[in-house]
Amino acid sequence: MTIETHDTATDTPADRGLDDWRWVLGVSLAGLVLYVLYGQLIPFSEWVTGLFPVDRESHTGEAIAFFVYDVPKVLILLTGIVFVTGVLRSWFSPEKTRAILAGKSQIWGYPLAAALGVLTPFCSCSSVPLFIGFVSAGIPLGVTFSFLIAGPMVGPVGLGLLYGLVGWQIATIYLVFGFSIATGAGFVLGRMGLERYLQDWVRELNAGPVSALPEESLTLVDRLRIGLEQVREIVGKVWIWVLVGIGIGAAIHGYVPEELMLRIMGGEAWWSVPAAVVVGVPMYTNAAGVIPIVEALLGKGAALGTTLAFMMSVIALSLPEMIILKQVLTLRLIAIFLAVVASGILATGFLFNALL
Amino acid sequence: MKNVKVYGPGCKRCEATETMVKEVAAKLGMEVAVEKVSNPREIAMAGVMSTPGISVDGKLVHAGGLPDAAKLEGWLTA
Repeated sequence: MTIETHDTATDTPADRGLDDWRWVLGVSLAGLVLYVLYGQLIPFSEWVTGLFPVDRESHTGEAIAFFVYDVPKVLILLTGIVFVTGVLRSWFSPEKTRAILAGKSQIWGYPLAAALGVLTPFCSCSSVPLFIGFVSAGIPLGVTFSFLIAGPMVGPVGLGLLYGLVGWQIATIYLVFGFSIATGAGFVLGRMGLERYLQDWVRELNAGPVSALPEESLTLVDRLRIGLEQVREIVGKVWIWVLVGIGIGAAIHGYVPEELMLRIMGGEAWWSVPAAVVVGVPMYTNAAGVIPIVEALLGKGAALGTTLAFMMSVIALSLPEMIILKQVLTLRLIAIFLAVVASGILATGFLFNALL
Repeated sequence: MKNVKVYGPGCKRCEATETMVKEVAAKLGMEVAVEKVSNPREIAMAGVMSTPGISVDGKLVHAGGLPDAAKLEGWLTA
């Protein structure tokens, strides 16, 4: 090969070393800057709120303060979480996960699949090839479902924001119950023998060729680069949902009277849990958009069970996802899937409303 | 002539990958036939689970995410 193509600047080992240093230093510095900024959020938001010609204690003043505090906070948290997650996930891939899960049909397959669902990078746009890849490699349907439910349900973005905006107690409760629902729903679905409700062509697929993709060796800088790419892609895509979510949260925080909130989302009204699920499923947003709403709801006295049910159904059950899966699942199977997961969410909601 | 297939259901990154393959081939002065595969069944049968995936002359070389330009050159010239 004679054609000189790539820039030679990074090719000698010494230069590569320098490049490494620059990356590590740059990332540490960026982290430090974000950390310092994060500590200045309250004075900053109060200062910005003061610029508006409204009474700080008024409804509008409260709403503005909520908005200008939450926007930078969520964006900083989101950037950090997405970066760290991107770097960590560079050690995982759907191919490796499939190799781990294939042949694990015993009871451990479910929690393992749920854990790998959280750690494996995959975008919902490739959930169909992923689904087929799993099923054709002999991974049981139920285990595959555990994987697919856990991914969005207990994603790091949702957990991290919940931790930062609402507190560690509720983030932990969410983690434990989200994980249990993913594991349990997969188990129940696995026991129901639903293979016959797959689309015909999927059932006819024989064990697909488990191709041996050569492992691409990654350096630390490669992994940092992946993290940064993720930040650019994900934050670049979801920021608008974040603004909308915080806008709704601010409106709730500023204007919705507490008595009304207690009446609609309080623990007394038994129907509030199923209503939260019914409202949540068609809502298409992502964790980053819904957590600010959750923050405002809980602040106004909404019951924890009802709020958890709302959050889980928004994040874990989405209609567009179902439409994508329609290519491989029959409507009947989608309905059963929805019913089983929704039951888990309802049970969680009722449990917490009864306990607290 | 190399036969390159780009596997992807049609997300933004899959299109970017296709463009990238063509650009790198042009840069190398190679003649390459690029085919976009968007049928989920064919994608799965090729063993691709994370898209975009790339195969060169029937051999899968990459799956998941935008490829690295330097690596792409390597696969095309291998």
